[in-house]
Amino acid sequence: MSVSQTEFRAALLDAAKPVPDGLLDASSQPAGRRFSVYRNNVAVSLTEAMHQAFPVITKLLGPQNMDGLAGLFLRQHPPSSPLMMFYGQEFPEFLSRMEQLSHLGYLPDVARLELAIRESYHAADSQPIDADALAVSPEDLMQAKLGFAPSMRVLKSAWPVHAIWRFNNDPDAPKPEPGAQDVLVTRPEYDPTPQLLPPGGADWISGLLSGQTIGEAFEITTAEIPDFDLGTTLALLLQGAAITSVTIERLDT
Amino acid sequence: MSNTAKTLVIATAVAAAVSGAATTASAQAKEKCYGVSKAGQNDCAAGPGTTCAGTSTVDYQGNAWTLVDAGTCADIELPAEANGTPRKGSLEPLERDLPA
Amino acid sequence: MLDDALRSNRLPAAPGVGYKPQHFTQILEHAKPVAWLEIHAENYMGDGGRPLAQLRHLSEQFPISVHGVGLSIGGEGSLDSDHLTRLKHLVEWLNPASFSEHLAWSTHDAHFLNDLLPLPYTDMTLARVCEHIDQVQNTIGRQMLLENPSSYLAFEESTWSEPDFLREISQRTGCGLLLDVNNVFVSATNLDYSPQEYINEYPLEKVGEIHLGGHDEDEDDHGHPLLIDSHGREVVDPVWALLDYVLDRSGPKPVLIEWDTDVPDWPVLRDEAVRAQAALDRVPA
Repeated sequence: MSVSQTEFRAALLDAAKPVPDGLLDASSQPAGRRFSVYRNNVAVSLTEAMHQAFPVITKLLGPQNMDGLAGLFLRQHPPSSPLMMFYGQEFPEFLSRMEQLSHLGYLPDVARLELAIRESYHAADSQPIDADALAVSPEDLMQAKLGFAPSMRVLKSAWPVHAIWRFNNDPDAPKPEPGAQDVLVTRPEYDPTPQLLPPGGADWISGLLSGQTIGEAFEITTAEIPDFDLGTTLALLLQGAAITSVTIERLDT
Repeated sequence: MSNTAKTLVIATAVAAAVSGAATTASAQAKEKCYGVSKAGQNDCAAGPGTTCAGTSTVDYQGNAWTLVDAGTCADIELPAEANGTPRKGSLEPLERDLPA
Repeated sequence: MLDDALRSNRLPAAPGVGYKPQHFTQILEHAKPVAWLEIHAENYMGDGGRPLAQLRHLSEQFPISVHGVGLSIGGEGSLDSDHLTRLKHLVEWLNPASFSEHLAWSTHDAHFLNDLLPLPYTDMTLARVCEHIDQVQNTIGRQMLLENPSSYLAFEESTWSEPDFLREISQRTGCGLLLDVNNVFVSATNLDYSPQEYINEYPLEKVGEIHLGGHDEDEDDHGHPLLIDSHGREVVDPVWALLDYVLDRSGPKPVLIEWDTDVPDWPVLRDEAVRAQAALDRVPA
């Protein structure tokens, strides 16, 4: 009797399935609940990975709810890579589909922020520019394009995700107030830090990420948000060591 | 806003950001590489034996899961409509590609 | 078959420990008698940040053993080429003293199950494992060590004993072996054989590294003891005794303490290394 890995895996992930034939105990009897050791290793290790990967979601829902959710999630989305540090990419989407959680509409974006922080933690190191690199003529500034650190992440949310994140990490943080928030994750050395961006900050940065100049991105952003605070946005980027290059394309005159 | 006015706004904002960064950067202590992040570590240990989550025959395919006790979400009063206009689908993080 | 020049296992015949980031500072200050460190390959396959910074720093002071937990060498399918490429990159920049992996599978149909799953010992699985080991050794350009698993059950279809199976793999591929003494004790208890007889049949001359770890106790449906390779506590006395039995026959080897769950403070882990040093000290070089 041979046991295929397809059969083994199916029984691992579904405890209602019988233990595959051909697996034996010490006296050549059917293995029975010895097989449960493997079932548990898979379920428990992936559940623990989810707790560690999404500590704020775990706090928001409580560990017991997280256990149940992880049990569902790991069976629908077993890891597709051996790198456990990146497990849970589909979790925000999964949360948004859970009917029982529809009254907590902010959960998917909080999970996205936690993913962004984890990706930032493992992203490549980079050398930031000296702030003086931006001390150029106003005309050159308008034409400048910026390069960003691989560890930078930007999240745009209809929910106060930054306030929710702080409320669950800092005992002195105030209760979150309703409202949309954009978040910038930077990693000045080795610890990713989520920072609250002024309104329009995420749009402006994403404009630059897609190749726009400082001037072009500013124009597009202020069309939507006239009082967009560029100074604060730039200061956060500089303090977060997130700008890695300034390229000025001078127009031929 | 005229182009000149816009240029001026940007130049002023950048100048403020640059001078601010200069003072904070010099004050920033260089961090060392100690510190811990356990999140998502691979290891080769086995779990808790024969009696635990993996052996539950709860139907993990259906809607068997129910929200029981609650964590801190009970302290956050953000009703489903609190976000004003739901912007579903536009919430993807603007991720940069990781260098290979 | 591997070129002799590539058989470079450079771990010292001394105690090592599995590296945990929470011990970083204390390892730098107070390592003795720990002489080398082992990392899990997958935790250092990110692009940068603190994990790689710590590893670079440690590698300047300690020989590093890279221990893979995700290659799925016993998998029915082909090896994950992306993962092999990541491993090659890690081995190239780190230039570790040793690379090892498990006689197990963990990936099937592109799903990684995060556990070391068992395989039957047949001619078919032998050929497959050898093919995968050849591929790994050719990719990273060096010899690898293959570790014996902890077994909780047996396969009806197996036709090879585990020591014979490992010996044959080593002969066909030129790979070395990593002897996990706790795994031998766990498997022997779970499947009712003598751990000493297992060691007698095992090709000790191929051993490049020894593992020790703690296990938990459970039982099966019939009340038979079932030991679980939890790596969550001290190594028990019978396993230390089995280490002595091995070292008496093999001579001094690099001995690693694994502690992966409920990781203790550094002094507790270091005490285990002290005990490993004592076991090594009583063996003539």
